Amino acid sequence: MSPQPVNTSNARQVRDVVFVDGVRTPFGKAGEKGIYHGTRADDLVVKCIRDLMRRNPSLPASRIDEVAIAATTQTGDQGLTIGRTAALLAGLPRSVPGFAIDRMCAGAMTAVTTTAGSIAFGAYDVVIAGGVEHMGNHPMGAGADPNPRFLSERIVDPAALNMGNTAENLHDRFPDITKERADAYAVASQEKLAAAYQAGNIQPDLVPVAARRPGEGFKLHTADEPPRPGTTLESLAELRTPFRAHGRVTPGNAAGLNDGATAAVLASAQAAEELGLGVKMRLVSYAFAGVEPSVMGIGPVPATEKALAQAGLGIEDIGLFEINEAFAVQVLSFLDHYGIEDTDPRVNRYGGAIAVGHPLASSGVRLMNQLARQFEQDPSVRYGLTTMCIGLGMGGTVIWENPHHADYGKDA
Amino acid sequence: MSQSTIESFAALASLVPHEIITHSLVEDVRLPGGRTMALLTLDNGFDHTKPTTLGPNTLLELHAALSAQKQRAAAGEIQALGLTGKPHYLVAGADLNGVKSLASPENGAAMATLGHAAYDLLADLGVPTFAFINGVALGGGLEIALACTYRTVSTGATGIGLPEAFIGLVPGWGGVYRLPRLTGPEAAMTVMIENPLNNNRSLDGAAAFKLGIADALFEPADFLEQSLLWADGVLTGATTVQRPNAVEPNGNPDIAARWAAAAAKARAFVEAKTSNAAPAPAKVLEVFEAGATITQKESAALEIAALTELMQTHAFHNTVYAFLDLVQKRSKRPAGAPDAKLARPVTKVGVVGAGLMAGQLALLFAKNLKVPVVITDIDAARVTSGLAHIHGEVDKQLAKGRISSDAANRTKALVTGSVSKDAFADADFVIEAVFEELAVKKQVFAEVEAVVSPECILATNTSSLSVTEMGRDLAHPERLVGFHFFNPVAQMPLLEIVRAEATGEVALATAFAVGKALRKTSVLVADEAAFVVNRILLRLMGEVAKAFDDGTDAKVADTALRPLGLPMSPFTLLAMVGIPVAHHVSESLHAAFGERFHVSGNQEVLISHGIKSLWAPAADGGEEIPSSTLKLLSFGNTPSTGAELLRRTQDALAQEIGLMLAEGVVAGPEDIDLCMVMGAGWPMHLGGITPYLDQVGASERVNGAKFHRDRG
Repeated sequence: MSPQPVNTSNARQVRDVVFVDGVRTPFGKAGEKGIYHGTRADDLVVKCIRDLMRRNPSLPASRIDEVAIAATTQTGDQGLTIGRTAALLAGLPRSVPGFAIDRMCAGAMTAVTTTAGSIAFGAYDVVIAGGVEHMGNHPMGAGADPNPRFLSERIVDPAALNMGNTAENLHDRFPDITKERADAYAVASQEKLAAAYQAGNIQPDLVPVAARRPGEGFKLHTADEPPRPGTTLESLAELRTPFRAHGRVTPGNAAGLNDGATAAVLASAQAAEELGLGVKMRLVSYAFAGVEPSVMGIGPVPATEKALAQAGLGIEDIGLFEINEAFAVQVLSFLDHYGIEDTDPRVNRYGGAIAVGHPLASSGVRLMNQLARQFEQDPSVRYGLTTMCIGLGMGGTVIWENPHHADYGKDA
Repeated sequence: MSQSTIESFAALASLVPHEIITHSLVEDVRLPGGRTMALLTLDNGFDHTKPTTLGPNTLLELHAALSAQKQRAAAGEIQALGLTGKPHYLVAGADLNGVKSLASPENGAAMATLGHAAYDLLADLGVPTFAFINGVALGGGLEIALACTYRTVSTGATGIGLPEAFIGLVPGWGGVYRLPRLTGPEAAMTVMIENPLNNNRSLDGAAAFKLGIADALFEPADFLEQSLLWADGVLTGATTVQRPNAVEPNGNPDIAARWAAAAAKARAFVEAKTSNAAPAPAKVLEVFEAGATITQKESAALEIAALTELMQTHAFHNTVYAFLDLVQKRSKRPAGAPDAKLARPVTKVGVVGAGLMAGQLALLFAKNLKVPVVITDIDAARVTSGLAHIHGEVDKQLAKGRISSDAANRTKALVTGSVSKDAFADADFVIEAVFEELAVKKQVFAEVEAVVSPECILATNTSSLSVTEMGRDLAHPERLVGFHFFNPVAQMPLLEIVRAEATGEVALATAFAVGKALRKTSVLVADEAAFVVNRILLRLMGEVAKAFDDGTDAKVADTALRPLGLPMSPFTLLAMVGIPVAHHVSESLHAAFGERFHVSGNQEVLISHGIKSLWAPAADGGEEIPSSTLKLLSFGNTPSTGAELLRRTQDALAQEIGLMLAEGVVAGPEDIDLCMVMGAGWPMHLGGITPYLDQVGASERVNGAKFHRDRG
């Protein structure tokens, strides 16, 4: 086989990238009591990929050009180039390649943006991008060996390697963000998720998973395990602050330790049309930015600035926000920066990670799934964004356009 | 089930105190359509290396779990029940060692009845029941699925079948009644009769689905999720179950006729395959035929009676001994083999000779060891033709699709030839396959020893010469070991590994390691003439030949040993081995052991006239000894009846095996049986041979004691 000659006479054109569909497993609590104790991380990814293929029957598996799967820890059942192993285990043709990718919490988001960039460039037509984290099997940072220079040269405050500490640091930086505000935000997150479940807004994008814990029979999981509907301010007030005595960050106003996987199909606009694939969102711009590692939670702010600037949009153009709730304080610092109310209905309509959980590298696609469904329900919104803070001091933001909006495709 | 019945089962369970219990773990599943399914997982708590099995304790727990779900179904708490297993197994079948230990007919009947009691609950739970066949489902493991209302099966499942006819039982937990109604009688006969008697074959998931055993087929990656979704569709009515193969013979003459025809065809198959030597297949057919016109409950009574009867038979106990104790266990841990850690790595193999046997050996080593193999012979023409033959064999396998073209290339490249034994200089293992004569072999090993390293293992494929004598003049006799294959080398699973007087532990350990890598069943034997298989076969054939020479009718002589269940009659075997070869070995055994081994005058005549077989096709389509052959032969006037010859042969075998054990040829009678099953295809329902000799009284008649004191 020889490579097809490339036609260089045409000027290369950037192609539009669309979000076709996304799914995820129900999220579980990490650890021995969790629903996925005894289940492999790669199996969770495989179930997502297979469900995507079933949901999009007009997509021939042989047309998938890449499978990019993120995991923060890439050993054991998340090792061995999980994008490739998951593709093989899912039964995709052997001709479909795959790779593993890591940007901590923004793993799946980076899987999406990286493959999207390649679609825009013309390298791919259709891809699967997603992420997984089985934090029960892979506690955050397990096996990592931080370079001693971080300490000796004060490149990173050692405390910055613990995400809870960085959240406490963020409270220090923004004294207006009190524990009470953080708890109130967390209660609202639980309430919004419960309402979203009630309205059937979460279930359509969940892949049922049959799993068996040691010593038990198989169960079928069709809903998230972490949510605590009915959480009250009073109950949160009693929780301990594990990162600092008399601190502000509690298990109640932060995302938990979780297991779960996500996957999405992205395509060039042309390929989506050719193959008859649905378009849930169009990618407008994306950006990543670094901040001081000790206040990593502020990362979404500079990332969003960059992404807005690239898109030629202002924050007022954004009608829906899906911001990952690693910590309530991190969301609130973002909202304060842009002067958005804590209870603004544009923000996390279905609740967020504080309620649903945050299996690190998988969460990016969950945000996109939810934004896509809100786009469909609210054609008045033209632009939305998904954003998240990232360990070691980063933020990532992706801006999307709603195909259901009247002006969709008129100018971008 | 009444309380007293349950108590009798509890007594039964206490008879199998060491049963590894397969637990019935029940969880509720909420299906998308809103219904609740109780999902029962069969799991013994171990990984895939310990298959789940069904013993009395397991069945009692299953019965209790299903009874509880039946009550919940009646109360409206569940609308369906699902059944699946731990990864790789639905459930592997009855706990045969446990079943075997239930000595009395009463206990056998109780075990059979307990299975029905549990499975009847699945068939009549008050709500639909679903079996999700995720893996192995053999015997009672498939019958548990057949008792359910619906079944799905995984494309990843292997080992699906009803092997009872092979084991010595009947599919008596409803399988014999339910299977043909799902698949049609013809396919049921394939599953219940033909497959068990064809080396105990089984089905994979796709084949099971195609026959109609399962209603839906899903891939393994999300088998259970898709099965549950499918079950939901069946319950809501969205999915209609199609069973194109399903039939009911009651009141349908056409189906009843198919039933009878399938049974007749299977009966002929059993006759041809086994000479009806074991009772189980006929019993399966009997219950199957009766099942055409009776209810499931009536059939259950017949099945329980058949199981009870067969559980008491020697055939069942012998098969469990041969299959579980020997083939599955002892063959994996050869008696007397040295510590495997002593084995030397073998990175290159030399084969002396380029003839047919040498070619078979070279191919076997190259394919399995995947190391370079050099064949040598005295001239270039023989080497070239030897290599061409080997390459031709590889190409045949490639053409049949058995190996990939990459694998074919690899194997061909591994085998090279040379006219000089210098090519063995860096070999770790050199085996000879030259003419069966001591002086020739000694000469070969002298030449090889001059070239190879002092550590190189030397092996001989001799079938009748003394390995000790062969090594007498070696500088390092401790490196020489006997390595006796059976023809055809690629197919026959047995390897007799011969320890000569001087053979060292390292050479022996290496030989066993190589045998394992060649995927052979290795048995350690002492350096006594003809080792195990040939000595026993020749003793048997000598008895038949002597009876024939003495004037016994050829047909009588050749059929008298039918109860031994031999894969072919003695005269057919003689022709297949080659009369000159068999005669030659008889002579050496006669020389070694005297009159016990008959040297046939008539065989000498046949050889001198170039006659290759006693039997020739007859005008009536049968076979006969042509008059042209008969004219040449001479007979005594002391003919035997078949019964006399059979008894004489039983006694001869008991005597010979008794002597072999006394001589220390093998570690025990189990090794004799393992050799005869794997090397000569002797039947498992006789346990090879020694359990049979015990059961017919030959051991006690001749040796004054049974070979197996603790067995029937």
